Amino acid sequence: MSKLETEVTRMKAEDYCLFYGNFRALNNISIEIPTNRITAFIGPSGCGKSTLLRSFNRMNDLIPGVTTTGTVYLDGRNVAQEDVVELRKNVGMVFQRPNPFPKSIFDNVAYGPRLHGTRNRSDLAVLVEKSLKRAALWEEVKDDLHKSGMSLSGGQQQRLCIARAIAVEPEVILMDEPASALDPVATLRIEELMNELKKNYTIAIVTHNMQQAGRVSDYTAFLLTDENRAGNLIEFGPTKQIFTTPSDSRTEDYISGRFG
Amino acid sequence: MNKRSFAQNTAFGIFWLTGATAVLIMVFVVGYIMVKGLPGISADFFTTSPRGGLSGEGGIYSTIVTTFYMIVVTLAFATPLGVGAAIYLTEYSANTESRVVRKLVILARFGVETLAGVPSIIFGLFGYALFVTALNMGFSILSASLAGACLIIPVIIRTTEEALKSVPAGYREGSLALGANRWETTWKVVLPAAFRGISTGVLLSAGRIVSETAIFFVTLGGSYRVPHSLMSGGRTMALHVYYLAMETRAFDKAMSTAAVLVGMIILMNLIINTITSRISAKQG
Repeated sequence: MSKLETEVTRMKAEDYCLFYGNFRALNNISIEIPTNRITAFIGPSGCGKSTLLRSFNRMNDLIPGVTTTGTVYLDGRNVAQEDVVELRKNVGMVFQRPNPFPKSIFDNVAYGPRLHGTRNRSDLAVLVEKSLKRAALWEEVKDDLHKSGMSLSGGQQQRLCIARAIAVEPEVILMDEPASALDPVATLRIEELMNELKKNYTIAIVTHNMQQAGRVSDYTAFLLTDENRAGNLIEFGPTKQIFTTPSDSRTEDYISGRFG
Repeated sequence: MNKRSFAQNTAFGIFWLTGATAVLIMVFVVGYIMVKGLPGISADFFTTSPRGGLSGEGGIYSTIVTTFYMIVVTLAFATPLGVGAAIYLTEYSANTESRVVRKLVILARFGVETLAGVPSIIFGLFGYALFVTALNMGFSILSASLAGACLIIPVIIRTTEEALKSVPAGYREGSLALGANRWETTWKVVLPAAFRGISTGVLLSAGRIVSETAIFFVTLGGSYRVPHSLMSGGRTMALHVYYLAMETRAFDKAMSTAAVLVGMIILMNLIINTITSRISAKQG
């Protein structure tokens, strides 16, 4: 069983609270995301797991009225003081609904690198091929790179979005229920892909699907709302331990399907 | 036949009748203009300018040129301003924390709604007072285009806002999450996705410029000569129809000009329809 003490921390939240106006959505969260591992955030709807995920690349900054206390770190640096462009280059994101741009497959993957200054056509071509290969999509689309990304199937679109995130060479990939809009076969491919990706990247995933968390993740964080509807981190540890011998009775109740 | 199917058939009959009437009226109006107007149209009609005077002799060359200038210059003023304002309202203003800015945005939206419903002659009077008189631009293409821009900017703002709002939020999130800033996201993802909707709005506005008369009556003057600069006066085709009908005996020429005008407007609408049907085909 993997132990948290022996891992290298990639990202970390410390006494992190998040407010929508006066409403406290996250309460005093402290968690470490280990390098080259898959960490799953689970919990019932509205427990703040997506909000927590979006704190790691500051996507919550886009919502007016959000304030935070505490600190989120990437490689020991406070992300609030980082340049947000640089942060999001290092911390990529894949969304619940596949959201390829209405551009060609090539231009979808090349979008990020172009933003960050890669202009040379052959450099881009190398990068696009590498990213699509890592996202296990290359074989299916290598002859159709000029076709619209929207013409792909849902599962292919999601892998295209993963390739797009990989293309800017991030350290961390955040995945917000990446398979919830996909059929079981496409879901399985995404899960296999995640296992491949963790060799090179640190992954944090929000999922509603406990079997999925059990299958793919190395570590699991269980979040739950308290009586004031604020999200709290109830338990965090190796996935096996959380699923077999949770230390908190609420975790056990949730895992065994008694609520949620 | 039972009661319910009788009601159904009656309702269907009434709707069919009203629909058919509406189509008939349109066909009659367009048909009447075409029948009266088309015989007077020849190559000379397009290539000679009106000669002026009571007889209404001559063609419509200078009015076509003026109409073309008016479309180009008005859109050159109105498109960047209208599209820019719509971008600010949809892409930027929601993210501001400042209360003053929020109040101003509400005021701006209200202003756009109101302006879109103001009769065009009011914009004409405004243009006459400000551009023609106070700013000493006289009756000119410049004065008329500026007044015309005021008329169509609300239209462009509203159609552009609709086009931008129809772009899925996921595109913006996807771009921002890759480290793009708001402007890069707007320029590289949102605007291309909204391009067809925006061009439809711009084309609709061009149609307004072609068909308006009142506003140009008081800002463009009525010169029947070919304009040679932005400071020249002139008359658009629609204005020419008005002058021919009211101030000459050449009612047949008015009809011929009207036939060309109607043909042009039908053509523009066909273009708009092609654009919009391609949008729905793409999204569907």
